Amino acid sequence: MPIIKIEDVSYKYSKDLVLEDVSLHVPQGAFLAIVGPNGSGKSTLLKLVLGVLKLQKGNVELFGKPIRQFKDWQKIGFVSQKANSFNSGFPATVFEVVQSGLTKKIGLFKIPRKEHKKKVVKALESVGMLSFKDRNIGELSGGQQQRVFIARSLVSEPELMILDEPTVGVDQNNVQQFYEILEMMNKQLGITLILVTHDVATVTDKVTHVACINKTLHFHGDACEYNELNEEELSSIYGHGVQLLSHNH
Amino acid sequence: MISGILQYEFLQNAFLTGLIIGALAPLIGVFVVVRRMSMIADALSHVALAGIAFSLLLEKNFIAMAGLNPLYMGMTFSVVGSLFIEKLRNVYKHFKELAIPIILSSGIGLSAIFISLANGFNTDLYGYLFGSVSAVSRTDLQLIIVVSIFVIITLVLLYKELFLLSFDEEHAKASGIPSKVIHFIFIVMVALVIAASMRIVGILLVSSLMTIPVAASLRFAKGFKQMIFYSVIFGEISVISGLFLSYYLDLAPGGTIVMLTVLILVLSILIGKIKTRFA
Repeated sequence: MPIIKIEDVSYKYSKDLVLEDVSLHVPQGAFLAIVGPNGSGKSTLLKLVLGVLKLQKGNVELFGKPIRQFKDWQKIGFVSQKANSFNSGFPATVFEVVQSGLTKKIGLFKIPRKEHKKKVVKALESVGMLSFKDRNIGELSGGQQQRVFIARSLVSEPELMILDEPTVGVDQNNVQQFYEILEMMNKQLGITLILVTHDVATVTDKVTHVACINKTLHFHGDACEYNELNEEELSSIYGHGVQLLSHNH
Repeated sequence: MISGILQYEFLQNAFLTGLIIGALAPLIGVFVVVRRMSMIADALSHVALAGIAFSLLLEKNFIAMAGLNPLYMGMTFSVVGSLFIEKLRNVYKHFKELAIPIILSSGIGLSAIFISLANGFNTDLYGYLFGSVSAVSRTDLQLIIVVSIFVIITLVLLYKELFLLSFDEEHAKASGIPSKVIHFIFIVMVALVIAASMRIVGILLVSSLMTIPVAASLRFAKGFKQMIFYSVIFGEISVISGLFLSYYLDLAPGGTIVMLTVLILVLSILIGKIKTRFA
């Protein structure tokens, strides 16, 4: 059973059609990269999957349940472009930030216990940030901060993790290390990953599947097939997308 | 003053109230500051003033109302004011800060009307504006104790939700935290703490006791818990020494306390500068 089933999804912002008849299945254990140029509708697709936007046409199923009935949001971790939603002057230690990822799991009116603190330590260990646990989050570099945000998602033990351009603002030296952490999460912890990126070259040797979106789904297959695409086909995906016909599916 | 505290009930009241709000105001102030709501505290304190003025007006005109503690009315007004702020923030989604001047000026406007209806200023009101050591009654103290117990328990129970909402509201919403309900409870608590603190520091200066100790600890705190700890310490130092100074020098306690918080703030900025220069 696929973890995510997207069927014939279209979406319009007022009159602009940003997604058209997109269908995509994400099998359990996959490491899927969704690539596409700016404004190609990939963020919209993510928002639909996360339930932030309401479906207009088509269906989305998460863990075998229609999205409208889906309640288990704890199974899904989300890492955004950190710059969007975080004030770097905020006086919080790395430990406190990661522990905040357990808020929902611990439950309303309850106080974190020892077992929760242990989980925080474990999550920090797996992203290699344990030695920074008492530092203020604002003092860290972009790449380190993003690893902390990965740990914040990881700590609630999600089965699926969605990352929206997580390497924006991370310097090139650290990007590679960042992807290695993602690969480890996918292979060793068995977490299904969806990575939205325009950094195609860096990811193709790490991911298992690639989906190219530019309003419609242009390509969906495993990473090897993607690497075999010839130049003409690639430029048709990234080039002047909107005039193109869907193919290669 | 120490012997006075043992001797006079009014000094005991003032001292105990000071101890409580010296911790309570900066404690909730930490969340107020990191949620960028510092100005809301100001707006609500002016609405509380309208409540106090209304209560004093009733007291003057209706004998039956004479026994009513003005703090109740102040508290009621500031809680209602907090509800209006929330409402207005939803009406003007793209200009949320508009809610603050609207509520603040409504508060002052109402106060002015009530004061003029009561035929002018009276000494009681002066104490509410700038704080007073002698005016804290036993019933004030009891009410303040009840409010502070309620606020502290709520803060402990909702600590992690408030932290997440302050740090990353988008993430809080995405992970299914009932953000609206928690925000609502929070703003009601702010209103309660303002009403509880105004007896000592005065309405015009309440928001500074909530924000300045936090501003000082923001200069060097490592992490959120440490920031709370230092804010409370700074609040207590300012309130306790402010009460002593104002008692001996016959000054308004509100002003003295606030200027002490400012002094601590200046010192913490200077120490920070010196440290970075020599580090």
